[in-house]
Parts: sequence; structure tokens; C-alpha cells
Amino acid sequence: MAQTEQEILEGLANIVNEETGVDVADVQLDKSFTDDLDIDSLSMMTIVVNAEEAFGVRIPDDEVKNLSTVGDAVTFIKNAQG
Amino acid sequence: MLLEGKTLLITGVLMDSSIAFHVAKLAQEQGAKVVLTSFGRTMKITQTIAKRLPETPPVIELDVSNQEHLDSLAQRLGEHTDRLDGVVHSIGFAPQGAFNFLEGTWEDVATALQISAYSLKSLGVACLPLMTGGGSIVGLTFDAKFAWPVYDWMGVAKAAFESTNRYLARDLGPKGIRCNLVAAGPIRTTAAKSIPGFERFEQIWDERAPLGWNVNDPVPAAQACAALLSDWFPATTGEIIHVDGGVHAMGQ
Repeated sequence: MAQTEQEILEGLANIVNEETGVDVADVQLDKSFTDDLDIDSLSMMTIVVNAEEAFGVRIPDDEVKNLSTVGDAVTFIKNAQG
Repeated sequence: MLLEGKTLLITGVLMDSSIAFHVAKLAQEQGAKVVLTSFGRTMKITQTIAKRLPETPPVIELDVSNQEHLDSLAQRLGEHTDRLDGVVHSIGFAPQGAFNFLEGTWEDVATALQISAYSLKSLGVACLPLMTGGGSIVGLTFDAKFAWPVYDWMGVAKAAFESTNRYLARDLGPKGIRCNLVAAGPIRTTAAKSIPGFERFEQIWDERAPLGWNVNDPVPAAQACAALLSDWFPATTGEIIHVDGGVHAMGQ
């Protein structure tokens, strides 16, 4: 079931918030996970596995390093949902 | 089934690429009941990944450097099982500084030794109260006979780990507990990716493994662990089984 970009962003923002406490409103498409949201590699792994469950997609480890911004992740998830 | 009726404690399940994840999966498929451990911030990841197993196992907290965790392990396990038939040690850590042999500090090296080698003894002893009927302890090593590129103090820690296995075999043998290791070739797990220059191992295995080697396939190593946990190696202890495509047997 493909979701809109906005739905994916909202879902991802909740996952990021739950893991890191970052305000949901701060999780915007242009934000970098490491530089803007201060998310370390372990939190990023937690976010990735939870996003996989929530969105029904697989995000390969080799892909994770390419997901530098929230927008990158939303686009990847949207494409993976097909 | 190979592990029918057995209850196993499996450490080291982080991602579904983890060797331990595949041991847990095979073990469940072969009839075993499984309990996982994780610790600290990785608990949440392990709990999510555990749902990808055929049956979702309980995940209990165990930091092998925390004596309270070790002391209370048997009691906390008691909520899920009244006995253990097998334990899988899939735990290792070295600070980044330990991957530079000439510069690594004792502090870095001590951490690597404690988490990666001493923990086999700690885990074994912590599980003893539940292993009254004998059993099998299986750990994962990376062949420590050689000096490898980039592995450095982690290689020294693995040599200590392999020796720890032999002494544990000596002391637990009279209790009917077998202690063995699987020396796997390089597999692209989260742990492997944290080793700077890991791809140099991949190159060595590409060139030297007579059977070939797939760095993306943790199943052969997991199968060897399952076999050692089973009743089919009843007279084997203190051993290291190489699951490396044959690299260990080849000359340079």
C-alpha cells in the first residue's frame, strides 16, 4: 500500500521522535539526520529497523549511508513501496 | 529435528544480517526454544528484529561487562525456562583505537579483551545454574592463528577468546558441557562493517577459498553452530570448526 510523501514524513517523524526525542515538527525533508537532528549511528539503526516495520519495506545496510537527509529516506521508502 | 526439545540462549542478535540471527532462525526451525539477549540502546533493535524470527523469542538484557547482569542472569532466565541446553556467544567489541596495532592503548585493548574474550567465561559461568543436564556452548571466532590486515588487537582478543574456550572446555567438561567455536570467514554483518578496512578480508577470501566464499551468506556459519549445539558432536570440546571455504588450510 503506497503512501503519500506527507504520510511517510509524518510516520518517519514519529519514529525519529520516539527514538531520539527530537520534536516531530523539526523532522523536515531538508534536515540532515546527523548534522541537523544530531542522530548517531546506533539511533539511525533503530530508526531504520522501525521504519522497515512501519512502512513494510527493506532498507539494505549499504543504502543507509546514502540516506543523509530526511527527504532521502522519504524518497527511498516511497520508491520501495512502489 | 536436530534441536528438538532444546532450549538455547543466544546472544548477539542485532540485525537480521547477524550470524546469531541465523543461528536463532535455524534453531527454531530445528525445534529449539530460543531466548535472546541484548543490552542498553541495542535492546530496542534486537526486540524489533526478534519479530522477524519464525517465533518471536523473549529478549533479556545482558551486558557482559556488568556483574549484576551476570549474577542475575540465571534467575531472570528462570522466568522463561527451567533449564538451558545450549548457549551461543556472539559478542565482540573493540574501540576504534584497537584497530591500530602500534598505537592502540592498553585501555582500548583491555576493553577488547574483556568484551570479546573474558565474556565467554563470564557467560558460561552465569548460565551454569541452568545447565545441570550438560549442554553445549558455542562461540564465534575469526581464525586467530594469523596476523591479519586491520584486525590488530581484535585479533589478539580472538586469540585470547580461543584460549578461553579451551580452558572453559577443561573446566566444564566434567559437568557434561561442551565448549566449541566456529571460525567463520568474513561476513558482512554490522560488526564487520564497524572494522575499518574490512573489504581487505573479502579480497583475501576471494583469492584463497577453494570452495569460494560469499560474504553475504551467514547461513553456513549458523549451520555449524546448530550442529555443535545438537547431540551430533557428543565427544567434541575445546575445538574450533572452520567455516571459511577452506582458507585456513591453504598456504600463502
